[in-house]
Amino acid sequence: MKNIWWKILTVLLLLFTVFAGLMSDVPRLAILNETIRNLYFHVPMWFGMILILLISVVYSIRYLRNPTIKNDVIAHEAAKVGILFGVLGIVTGMEWAKFTWGEYWSNDPKQNAAAIGLLIYFAYIVLRSSFAEQQQRARISAVYNIFAFAALIPLLFILPRLTDSLHPGNGGNPGFNAYDLDSSLRMVFYPAVLGWTLLGIWIVNVRSRFEILRQRIYETV
Amino acid sequence: MRKINAVLFKEILYLIQKDLVLEWRQKYAFNGMLLYVGSTVFVCYLSFGLRQFSDDSGPIWNALLWIILLFTSVNAIAKSFMQENRGRLLYFYSIVSPQGIILAKIVYNTLLMLLLALICFVFYAFVLGNPVQDIPMFLLSLLLGAVGFSTSLTMISGIASKAANSSTLMAILSFPVIVPMLLMLIKMSKNAMDGLDRGASLDELLTLLAINMIVVTVSYILFPYLWRS
Repeated sequence: MKNIWWKILTVLLLLFTVFAGLMSDVPRLAILNETIRNLYFHVPMWFGMILILLISVVYSIRYLRNPTIKNDVIAHEAAKVGILFGVLGIVTGMEWAKFTWGEYWSNDPKQNAAAIGLLIYFAYIVLRSSFAEQQQRARISAVYNIFAFAALIPLLFILPRLTDSLHPGNGGNPGFNAYDLDSSLRMVFYPAVLGWTLLGIWIVNVRSRFEILRQRIYETV
Repeated sequence: MRKINAVLFKEILYLIQKDLVLEWRQKYAFNGMLLYVGSTVFVCYLSFGLRQFSDDSGPIWNALLWIILLFTSVNAIAKSFMQENRGRLLYFYSIVSPQGIILAKIVYNTLLMLLLALICFVFYAFVLGNPVQDIPMFLLSLLLGAVGFSTSLTMISGIASKAANSSTLMAILSFPVIVPMLLMLIKMSKNAMDGLDRGASLDELLTLLAINMIVVTVSYILFPYLWRS
């Protein structure tokens, strides 16, 4: 229980995010209006997703170097939590897009990229479920995880910059800093990113400990 | 180090030769692909009726060609590992290095795809009309497409061949990986169709080359792990 401090920090940060995010003053901007508060919920989902998927890939690489059940379980659980964050990010983003861009889905390159990214990880889950043997499943899905992540990076970071996007920072739209400069937004935004990401890591942590314990019980029975 | 490289190079050459000879002896596979391309193009011609070309059907013409090429390549490359039986794979396993196998397969599939893409384009242009204004640039995008599809699909086919329902898996594993490449290819070939200045496609060209390089490198590094099982 000596590592409990970051869990307390997560709870405090998220409480702060929810209260300050909904109650504090936000700048009045045309079109955005009050929906700017979604900044505290939508954007951190993407930060969290990228980081957690990165964890998944790192553990896949570690699995190939050192095949233990622990590495495989963490890679798998992190991919699942990454999907959860991705779905939440898409849903919150669609809600936001409805009020600011007028449509839930407006063929924006970043929206499309996010959807394709999710498809890759759904495929990862399907691939995993099509193997019966544990060792083979772990090795081959680790290979696919690394391969897909290497193909996903250009998608997420290069493609939206080549075409026009409605998202800030692309295709002539002002970047984050143009209206993020408001210090009251930053006061909540950075803790929100940290809080949601830590929550994701916490979920991965609990789930993989649970999974490892379960496998151990199966082995002994 | 140089000696290892020379050995690897020789292995790759032998393996490509083996694949070519195999293909030559069992012509049904290649002929099957040709018929597949031909009938798909013909079905598109019948169902879209694109012969009477208007200015606004350019994007449809382009997208349709790439979709046909995508499905052709998934089907053609899917068999690159599933075709070999267990005994032969074990035999390869004992005599050549995995890097040699994946590189040879990539080169061989690229050659196959180049041929298929070229035939497909010629037949497609013949049946549905040819609105392309900058043919060399369009052929360059076909070349990049063939290389890109074969590099990423070869690795995916290796992954899928290990699993139980490999043909379904091949499709769902490959489409998300291929899509960024496909979007860029469609954009680049559209530029060539409209006869835009070649500098306009430079961004896409460089990004495609970069993605191809990433994919080949990752395949080269990861394939030995896949091969071992």
